[in-house]
Amino acid sequence: MNGDTACAEGALAAGCLYFGGYPITPSTEIAERLAHRLPAVGGAYVQMEDELGSIVSVIGAAWGGVRAMTATSGPGFSLMAESIGLAAMTETPCVIVNVMRGGPSTGLPTLVAQADVMQARWGTHGDIQAIALAPASCQEMFDLTLRAFNLADRFRNPVFVLADEAIGHLTERVVIPAESEIKRVPRRAAVLTPGEPFEPFRADETTLIPPMPLPGVGFGAHITSLTHDERGYPATDAVTHDRLVRRLSDKIALFSDEITQVEAVGLDDADVAVVTYGSTARTAKRAVTLARQAGIRAGILRLISIWPFPDAEIAALSARMKSIVVAELNLGQVRLEVERVARVPVFGAHHAGGALMPPEIILESIKEAARHGDGNRSRSTPSRPLAAV
Amino acid sequence: MATEIVVDRHPADLLLRSDRLPHIWCPGCGLGSVMSCYTDALMASGIPVERHVCVSGIGCTGRVAGYLSLDSFHTTHGRAIPYALGLKVSNPDLKVAVISGDGDLSSIGGNHLIHAARRNLDLTVICVNNFNYGMTGGQAGPTTPYGATTSTTPDGNVEQPFNLPHLVAAVGAVYVARWTSLHVRQLRDSIRTALLKPGFSFVEVLSPCPVGFGKANDLGDGIDEMRFYRRRSIVDDNANLEDVGLTMSEDEPIVLGNFVNRERTVFSPSVKKWAIEEVLNGQA
Repeated sequence: MNGDTACAEGALAAGCLYFGGYPITPSTEIAERLAHRLPAVGGAYVQMEDELGSIVSVIGAAWGGVRAMTATSGPGFSLMAESIGLAAMTETPCVIVNVMRGGPSTGLPTLVAQADVMQARWGTHGDIQAIALAPASCQEMFDLTLRAFNLADRFRNPVFVLADEAIGHLTERVVIPAESEIKRVPRRAAVLTPGEPFEPFRADETTLIPPMPLPGVGFGAHITSLTHDERGYPATDAVTHDRLVRRLSDKIALFSDEITQVEAVGLDDADVAVVTYGSTARTAKRAVTLARQAGIRAGILRLISIWPFPDAEIAALSARMKSIVVAELNLGQVRLEVERVARVPVFGAHHAGGALMPPEIILESIKEAARHGDGNRSRSTPSRPLAAV
Repeated sequence: MATEIVVDRHPADLLLRSDRLPHIWCPGCGLGSVMSCYTDALMASGIPVERHVCVSGIGCTGRVAGYLSLDSFHTTHGRAIPYALGLKVSNPDLKVAVISGDGDLSSIGGNHLIHAARRNLDLTVICVNNFNYGMTGGQAGPTTPYGATTSTTPDGNVEQPFNLPHLVAAVGAVYVARWTSLHVRQLRDSIRTALLKPGFSFVEVLSPCPVGFGKANDLGDGIDEMRFYRRRSIVDDNANLEDVGLTMSEDEPIVLGNFVNRERTVFSPSVKKWAIEEVLNGQA
């Protein structure tokens, strides 16, 4: 099964019943699969007029009571930026798949890159927390899309599946579990108590998240994109604003251990760790094999969740390694985060994309890290790319 | 001995959030009337109150959603219509109305407007046209008449405005009407018809905006602007929509009416009830 197709099947397994989207390479196959499969399961596929309408219709559908998603790539993701903030501000669960391709702008529509990572974190204006998962196989396109819906409902927030074109267009074996094995954890539903005024944004004291009402049954909830108080009414005072924005952040940041997912390979005896994700993690394995053959004890920490950034895991890694290499198909986005947290030298294996990261580029960085890593924190240097890529 | 004065509650009181009143709109603004016409139409529709959902965008008209004691969604600028589409498709039992302004719906929201009409989405759109961007201080917009003065057209608007009934009818709306906030009975009836009619209904409501538009164009206060409408408007349900564009000229009529009422297949990729139940039952 193709990676994009597996993503669509993961959404269906999660119980997604609404897709609002716009075709864009290399995510179009997700839309096409759902156009074919959703009506048969009683769901709705709507091809909206643009990405702006797509993401907003997804937010509306989530408020209508269903699991809803869209799928896009870089240019569409940019168009959706404002609405990510709308989803976060109104605490709307929804899933946005970005099958990353070469940018900026129209860039390389059909070819791989991983350069939208920081945009996923900071693309919308204002302070929000991002939740983002990075599949590195067709199986993970299925598994992580399913997981994304559960996280979206758990945290009442938009959740990104940051795939890349290489994985999206890969064909691999995918195991779809039996219905009884599929775990869906729905959003906590609000309960209407007659006679009591309903406060749509009265948060649970433990989770910091309010239970979500359904329209059409008498809640009479006002949901606004303005800063609001617990009643949902617009509020313009600094106290309410700070309280709300902090709660929207804390509800995720303080519970990030429920989100963080990493995979360690060959790190038990390693001196150099390669931090990587998505399709680059695949070629990193080859680079590590070559490094080991060259006598360097290297291993991989694969980020399966990128946001919230796994600070604790990187700090723990830093305590055990002599140096870290960050390998990614961009000019240094996750590297900035690793540098922020790590206390050992950080080196970068970077390329703007257009093809899978050649293992040789990563191997050069591993060798440089092994040569120069001496426990003292020093400035990281990006690798120079090989001539023929 | 104390005298007790009994005041009857207005039937529409249940539909207004009294803890949010008085509202923020300016003296002379037509939005209060529009909101009342909507609540009257809603009560006359026969559809239970709790099934009505109001979706709005950004602007003075967008604030209507916050005063209604309904499930309401005050969304981002220009995006009320796709939000409403998502709500309606995922939950077809809802009776969804979009109430928003001329800029929100036809400028930044223009693409969504024409596509929703093209699809014939089952939605009622009430577009309050006050010929400017009032909330932000009276800038020109796509419905500002040629030659009008606004804060961004201090020497007179050099652009031609939209003829909204013509536009929306041309792209497929099944019900198109225009009234003013003066014509409350016709407006109420028109909104009720729109709510009950399957498909895309569009009701344009001309409203005074003395602070944002009227003052700069010598239209006086709210009452003066109402007189201006009464003086100039004619009702013609059979008007040729090409000819119902609006100008500042005293010599050209403001054409009002219930212009279009026709049948087209309604957009219905709706989520099926049984599907929702299956998913809910299958959840851990």
